[in-house]
This record gives sequence, C-alpha cells and structure tokens, in this order.
Amino acid sequence: MLDKIKDFASWFFVTGDPLIYGADIAIALTTLAIIFVLTYFKKWTWLYREWLTTVDHKRVGIMYIIASLLMLFRGGVDALLMRTQLAFPDMKFLSPEHYNEVFTTHGVIMILFMAMPLMFGLFNIAVPLQLGARDVAFPFLNSLSFWLFFMGAMLFNMSFVIGGSADSGWLAYPPLSEMTGSPGVGQDFYIWGIQISGIGSLMTGINFIVTIVKMRAPGMTWSKVPMFTWSVLSSCVTIIVAFPVLTVTLALLFLDRYLGAHFFTMDGGGNAMMYINLIWMWGHPEVYIVVLPAFGIFSEIVATFSKKRLFGYASMVFAMMSISVMSYFTWLHHFFTMGSGANVNIFFAITTMIIAIPTGVKIFNWLFTMYRGRINFSTPMLWTIAFIPCFVVGGMTGVMLSVAPADFQFHNSYFLIAHFHQVLIGGVAFGYFAGLYYWWPKMFGFKLNEKLGKWAFWIWNIGFYVCFMPQYFVGLDGMTRRVSTYSWDTGWWAMNFTSTIGGFLMGLGFLFQVWQIAHSIKFMEKDTTGDPWNGRTLEWSIPSPAPLYNFATTPMVTERDDWWEEKERIAAGQAPKAKPALEPIHMPKNSAIPFIQSVCWFMVGFGLVFHWLWIAIPGFIGVFATMLAHSFNYKSDYYIQVDEIERTEAAARRTV
Amino acid sequence: MAHHASGTHAHALAHGDGHDGHHDLEELRKFGFWIFLITDCILFAALFAVYIVLHGSTAGGPGPKEIFEMPGVIVETFILLTSSFTSGLAVLAMNAGSRKGLIGWLIVTILLGASFIGLEVTEFVKLVHEGHTISTSAFLSGFFTLVGTHGLHVSLGICWITAVIIQLARHGITPVTKRKVQITSLYWHFLDAVWIFVFTIVYLMGVM
Ligand code: HEM
Ligand SMILES: [Cu+2]
Repeated sequence: MLDKIKDFASWFFVTGDPLIYGADIAIALTTLAIIFVLTYFKKWTWLYREWLTTVDHKRVGIMYIIASLLMLFRGGVDALLMRTQLAFPDMKFLSPEHYNEVFTTHGVIMILFMAMPLMFGLFNIAVPLQLGARDVAFPFLNSLSFWLFFMGAMLFNMSFVIGGSADSGWLAYPPLSEMTGSPGVGQDFYIWGIQISGIGSLMTGINFIVTIVKMRAPGMTWSKVPMFTWSVLSSCVTIIVAFPVLTVTLALLFLDRYLGAHFFTMDGGGNAMMYINLIWMWGHPEVYIVVLPAFGIFSEIVATFSKKRLFGYASMVFAMMSISVMSYFTWLHHFFTMGSGANVNIFFAITTMIIAIPTGVKIFNWLFTMYRGRINFSTPMLWTIAFIPCFVVGGMTGVMLSVAPADFQFHNSYFLIAHFHQVLIGGVAFGYFAGLYYWWPKMFGFKLNEKLGKWAFWIWNIGFYVCFMPQYFVGLDGMTRRVSTYSWDTGWWAMNFTSTIGGFLMGLGFLFQVWQIAHSIKFMEKDTTGDPWNGRTLEWSIPSPAPLYNFATTPMVTERDDWWEEKERIAAGQAPKAKPALEPIHMPKNSAIPFIQSVCWFMVGFGLVFHWLWIAIPGFIGVFATMLAHSFNYKSDYYIQVDEIERTEAAARRTV
Repeated sequence: MAHHASGTHAHALAHGDGHDGHHDLEELRKFGFWIFLITDCILFAALFAVYIVLHGSTAGGPGPKEIFEMPGVIVETFILLTSSFTSGLAVLAMNAGSRKGLIGWLIVTILLGASFIGLEVTEFVKLVHEGHTISTSAFLSGFFTLVGTHGLHVSLGICWITAVIIQLARHGITPVTKRKVQITSLYWHFLDAVWIFVFTIVYLMGVM
C-alpha cells in the first residue's frame, strides 16, 4: 500500500529538481499564509461578497490586473531562468528538458495569461466609463469570462508542480505535441488551460462588441467615440474571428491525444501541416489582438499629455480597422520555409508588408499630435514616448523578416526572438504599463508615485535595449532559438552575457514597479478631483474611484473629447451642461454562478488531463447545472434608489 | 445595468418585481446572440475545412462510398428540416399569443430533434461496431468530429428548449420568455443550415 502511494506521488508530483522543491515549498507556504490571513482578519465573507461574486466591471477589471501581474512575475522568472542558463557556454543550470518546459511556459504565460488578461483588465476599467455607460452589456458573462481565464491559468500553472509542464513550444506543433512526442500530461494541461481561458476570451470579445455598439451615451456618434474604445472594438472583432479557430485546433489536438484520432499525426493519414496553418490563423491575429488596444492607449495618452486633440482621428480609426482585417491574410509568414511554394510565399510576403503602411500612419499621427503640444512628461507619457522608437525598430526588423527569401536566413534564429520581443515588450507591455499608470487613479483614487515610476521606467528601458539588441546580432551570427546551450568556439558568449544582464535589469525594473505600488499605497495622495491628468474623455468627469453605478445621470455627449470641451466651455464662463434629475438606477445582482461554473470547468480540465472521468464527469454535470440555474433565475437585478445615489454622490464630492 | 441605448429610464419604477422585462435589455441579448452565431459559424467553417482537407486520407481504411448509407441520412435530413418548420410554427403561435400552441409546437420540435439524434447515434454505433472508429483514419476522424459536433449542438438545443418550455409553463409569455423562444428558434434554424452543408459536403459529395 505504502509503496503504491509512493509510486503514485512520484508520478503525480514533479520531482527531482531542487528548483521545483523550492517552488513546492513556496506554493505551500503562500497558500497557508493566504488562508491564515483571511481567517485571522475574518475576511472570507468580504472576499466572497465583494470579489468572488462581483459582477461590477471595475472590480472584474482589478482582478484581471492583479492576476496578470502575478503572471508577469511568473513569466518573468521563467525568462530569467533561461537567460541565466544562456549567460555562459556549457552552463549546467537548467537541463535541456527543463529548458524546453521553461520556454514553453514562458511563451504561453506571457501571451495568454499576462498580455490578454492585462488587456481585458484595461477594457473593463476604461471602456464603460469612456462610453458613459453604467456597465458592460452582459455583466454576468463578464464575471464568467474572468473566472474562466483564472481557472485556465491555474490549471496551466499547476503543471509546474503536478504532472509536468508542456515542452513543445508555445504553439505546440505536432508531431512533437502528439502522444508520440509528448507522452506525459504536460501537453494536456496546455490544451485545457488554454481552452478554458480561451472560451472566456471569446465571450469577452462578444461582450465588448455589444457594449460598444449598443451602449454609447446618447449623442456619442461613431465619430465621437474615444480612440481607446475604437481600438477595443477592432481588437474584439479580431477576437471573435480568431478564437473559434483556436478552440477547434486545440479540440482536434485533444482528440488526437485522447481518442487516438488522426488529424495531425504522422500515421493514419493525418496532416501536421494543417495544424500549423490552423494555429497561425489564430496566432497571427492574436498578436494584433494584443497590440491594437495598446495603440488606443497611446492615442489617449498622447492627446491628454500634449493637451491637444488627437491628430488624424479618422485615419487612426481606419488604420486600426484595416489592420484587424488584414491580420487574417498574413498567417503564413510564420512558415515561409516550410515548402508552401514561391507564389504562396510571395502573396503572404506582400500582405505582411502592407500592414506596415497603416502602422506608419499611426506613428505619424502621434508625432503630429505631440508637435507643438505643451507636453507633460508624466510616467504614462514617458512609456508612450519610449514606445515609438522601440516599435519603429521592431517594425522594421519585422519587414525584414517578411521578405521571404531573407527569412530563410532569419527563421527561428535569435533575430526573430529580438524582433518579436521588441514589438511585444515595446508595443504591448509598454502600452499596457502606460495604460495602467494612466487609469490607476480612476481605479483606486490615488496616483502612483512618479519618482519611483521614473526609476522603473528608465531601468526597464535600458534593460530592454541591453537585453535584446545583442540578440539581433547573435541571431545573424547563427544562434538559433530554443537552444539551451552553446559552446565557447561559437563566439556568442559576450553577446549572450550582455543580453542576460539586460534581462536582469528588466527584472529590477519590475521590482521597482512593485516597490512603487507598495510605496504609493502607503503614502498615497488621494486624488480628490477625479481628473488628475486633466483628461479629455468621460471617465474623468466622475469621481475616482468611480461609484458602483458609474454615472449618477447619463451624460449627454455633444463633442468628441466631450469632457475637455465641457471644461473649456466652463472656463470661458459658460454654464455647465444641464443634468437631468436623478432616477433609480437598474443594477445587476452579484452572482456566485460564474465562480462555481468555472471551478466545474477546472474539474473538467483536470479530469481530462489525467483521464480521470470520476472528476471530469461531475465537472460536466456541474457546468450544465449552473447554466440551467442561471437560465431559471429571474431575479438577477435590483434598483439603487435616488436617496442612496444622492448620499454616494455627496460623499464623493465632499472630498473635492 | 444601464442600458441607455434608448436614452431614458422613465419606465423604471412602473413594474414591481419584473425588472428584467427591460425592452432594450432584451434587444441587447438578441444582438449578442447574433454575434455568438458568427463565432459558431467560424467554428464550423474550420471543421469543414479540416474535413475537406482530410476526406481523402483513408489510410487504407474505408472511404465515404463504403460506409455512408444514404437512405438513413435522407430521413435524418427530412426530420431536421421539419423540426425547423415546427419551430417556426411555435414562434407564430407565440406571436398570436397562444401559450398552448407555442408549447405544443416546441414539444414537437424537440421530439423531432431527438429522433434526429437517435438516428445519428445509431449510425455512429453501427460504424463503430463494424470497426470504423475515430482512430481508423484521418477521414473518419474528420467525419466523426464534424458530424458529432453538429449532433452535440442539436442535443444542447434540445436541453435548452426543454428548459424554455418549463419557463413558459411557469411564467407564460413575457418579454423574457419571448426573447428566449426567439433565440432558441434562431439557434435551431442555424443548426438546420449547418446540417444542409453537412449533408451536401460530407454525404452527397462523399457518395458521388
Ligand atoms: C521581460 C523580459 C523578457 C525576457 C528576458 C524574455 C526572454 C525570453 C527568452 C530567453 C526566450 C527563449 C528563447 C529560446 O530559447 O527560444 C523567450 C521566448 C519567448 N518569449 Fe520572452 N522574454 C521576456 C518577455 C516576454 C514578453 C513580455 C512576451 C509576450 C508578451 C514574451 C513572449 C515570448 C514568446 C512567445 C517566446 C517563445 C517561446 C517559445 O519558443 O515557445 N516574452 N523569451
Ligand atoms: Cu504573424
């Protein structure tokens, strides 16, 4: 009996590596600490009432952001592990197997569990407020989306200590990801972690399209919609087209692994190349899904901090919408070298290069907005300015990669790694940081410390160039990606070593950000105006943090940048816009169903990973039962009465 | 939740407990459902593409001609088309204000749907008994997955319409149940349309 348990444990838990034991201990201690703190301070009901069951988009947004920052930490640690391994030739820090797992989890976590949720967090924080709306279209679904993402992320992260991680790269090409190449459970954790959170992403896409199309404040015609909201719309349109393809791709891979189907296997007539087409039909649009909202953020910030209207509004909208469509015609540039033939390669090379045009348009729009503006160099603006040269260089190396014949040289080399990190870090990460600094006061009612923020900014930026510039050269010199070591006679040591130093500098930058947040919480200066940056759009017209119902009365929009125009009018001595009388506000009630249903999905995923139907089947039943419970619930909303609104507003204004 | 698509909220206090009857809220949900259908279309499009790529990869196993039995499939098709028609009759009855007629036609619809599923399951079981399974060849993997996904959708639709029938019996025809009927019926017609593609691309072109 005891032997059996031992055998089971050594198979079930990942063993053998001191790093992993360290992680086990850390996870156990953290869990215990959280349980202890919640119990000691009697916070369980608070956690349940205020967070687990909330359907308030602002809280959902905050939960997304917290989770994604934790994932940034995990993905960052993975990155530093890899960089440590690569710092010297013949390093014996990570075994090759472990290195494979680390680059796979790093890629998956950064894109799916860091960038996507950080983006959704910002959607949730800003979009309804920019629209002058009281909520998203489907608040219940919104909370479900978050919990699905969260459970998917947990499932994926668990593989690190239970069962073993996936090791076939972040896109899991077969036959490596088939049973023949990856017989362990890591690949199944990958499939279900992404599948479950992917369903959540798809629902978020639908939710925000409906919100933006149907819930704009009266008077907000399409030409008055704030630019961030436009970018969210373009991103969500891309989501609803791309994510179903991902769902199918992962489901087919699962059928191959679980039922012995032959979609992508080497035998039985399967076609591995089809997987590569399918996954990139999602994968390429995915990079635009995450970068388009960053463009929206830059547009808001550039206008606000230059105190000028955004230059070229219409061309900006047009550029974003055309990118979201064009992103579907470029997927094949990811495998120019895989024998599709010259004509196919030419087609995809040209479509790829065409995307550089709308992107260039945008860069010029931002520059023209800044031109002759009274620029205020606060942290959100600093990140925006740093983004521009970074993205220009990253974009140009991208165009180099899109030249199909040249790609035969660059393909799968460190040149590529440098390129995509430059656009992902310089575009996506910098963009979301800028957005986070920008909307932070709206979320929490205080600004983050500027001084520490500037330190973090400079360390990140210097670290970035030190880390990734040498990689272009080591790539041209022949170093391929996904290698866990190299020898002295390659001559790559100096460049790799420099790169590692840069990596650690970025880690230091992250620590400064954490310090900045902790410091600002302790010594916060409350923002009593609700408009700390002298903003232009509606979210700055209400107190910070926004009250539960957002707007006491629905704003009537008459201009683009309505709040800015209103301030100008008042400054010119005109009376502020008349506000209608208060009325009771219709609100959705909290619900535990999204959380419970997501736990059931987690059981489904976990059960299928280990082929334990005794967990998966109750999970399925739970999913089904909670859906029915929701359908039969006819009492899911209530009204906030006028006297309560008056009280809340008075309290918010008293501090003004 | 604020749905000022219509601008005002004057009706807010009018109805005591049935807040959920918001007219604009129902519109919102219908719009959301249309977008969901687009995503489902893309999902099926991907599965069709996979099937088309793989339909010749029989890896020495049987091909479409050997295993498809058209009479059964034609009966299936006929049943599903009829059920789409009866679900239309249900909506007509609803618009005429007849709860009885509505529930009656919905029951007919799910019975037809259930017989469709019954026939499909019989077909699958027979194939498996003859040794033609999902792991026999890429062609059969594609076949079972595409047709099975459609079947799963239909089964889900049956459960969903059943839930709506119970709600209709309890609450009668209200704006909420009305929207639920309209959405499920839209879904049902959609599945019908997908089946026409399955019938044409998988079965007809398979045996031709
Ligand atoms: C913060 C600093 C970062 C560092 C130092 C870093 C470093 C690395 C390294 C060393 C690799 C592995 C290269 C190889 O051996 O193949 C890698 C791969 C990758 N990184 Fe990062 N990374 C960082 C941030 C990010 C971010 C923010 C993202 C996305 C938003 C990202 C996405 C990826 C992806 C998709 C891969 C490919 C994984 C694979 O090969 O399967 N990284 N990164
Ligand atoms: Cu691409």
